[in-house]
Amino acid sequence: MDHETCHHLLSSLSGYVDQDLGPEICAEIERHLAGCENCRIVIDTLRKTIDLYQVTAPETKMPDDVRQRLYARLELEDYGK
Amino acid sequence: MSNPQLASDEFSLAALRARDKSEFARLVEAYSGVIYRLVVKMLGNPQDAEDALQETFLKAFRGLPNFDGRSSLSTWLYRIATNEALMMLRKRKVQFVSIDEPLDTDEVEQEPLEIVDWCCLPETELLSAEARRHLDQAIESLSPNLRVVFLLRDIEGLSTQETAQVLNLSETAVKTRLSRARLVLREQLSGYYGNVARREAAQGD
Repeated sequence: MDHETCHHLLSSLSGYVDQDLGPEICAEIERHLAGCENCRIVIDTLRKTIDLYQVTAPETKMPDDVRQRLYARLELEDYGK
Repeated sequence: MSNPQLASDEFSLAALRARDKSEFARLVEAYSGVIYRLVVKMLGNPQDAEDALQETFLKAFRGLPNFDGRSSLSTWLYRIATNEALMMLRKRKVQFVSIDEPLDTDEVEQEPLEIVDWCCLPETELLSAEARRHLDQAIESLSPNLRVVFLLRDIEGLSTQETAQVLNLSETAVKTRLSRARLVLREQLSGYYGNVARREAAQGD
């Protein structure tokens, strides 16, 4: 990626994905995206990256034995049933 | 995504400050799952994560009488947990001088080098066991300062403002670090998924 505009817009892409930018910079990004396939791919894969982490996040659960040892360490065994 | 910060109002601060055990047990019940997820992803190691989890709630219990209520309970717990995890990572760094230092991307934007459209890969490829390992490895490749911002914002679903409060950073700094973290992750995943997409395309010919 060596295009000057691509480089200039790079630090705004994350805010663009979050819809957290002012209308002017949004319009500038959209004008650029209309003619730049590479930046469209970067935006799409950036969105997908965030999405994959969010989809898989709930799968990380505290194991039961970890929970039991936590309650024991905190002397809360009577409440951890 | 769970959003436990909403639950802060449901606790009696008076009972917690008095270290009422049953109220503290409710707090542990409500937050231990999300704190565990945060520290296990911060530390990348279940044993260290368990130590950090226990330390977080021990420190919280000791600190409760002085909890001033200026931040929400969840912000306060996240702050104790992130401090604990960052401290463990610093200790680990002193013990093991690694040649595989995380890419030093704290100060610059990761330029996209891998430009492959892998978004349309089937779910079986995007979420295969091998892909999940790459998702975890990509997080571990982030420097701790970027990793913690990504986890709080994109995994735990905290707002920019809450993340700034947890980490004692400006909101601008949170946004900058989140941007850098996401670009590094995108680059790492594109390396892996790009190869998968090319393989799929070759098979389709």
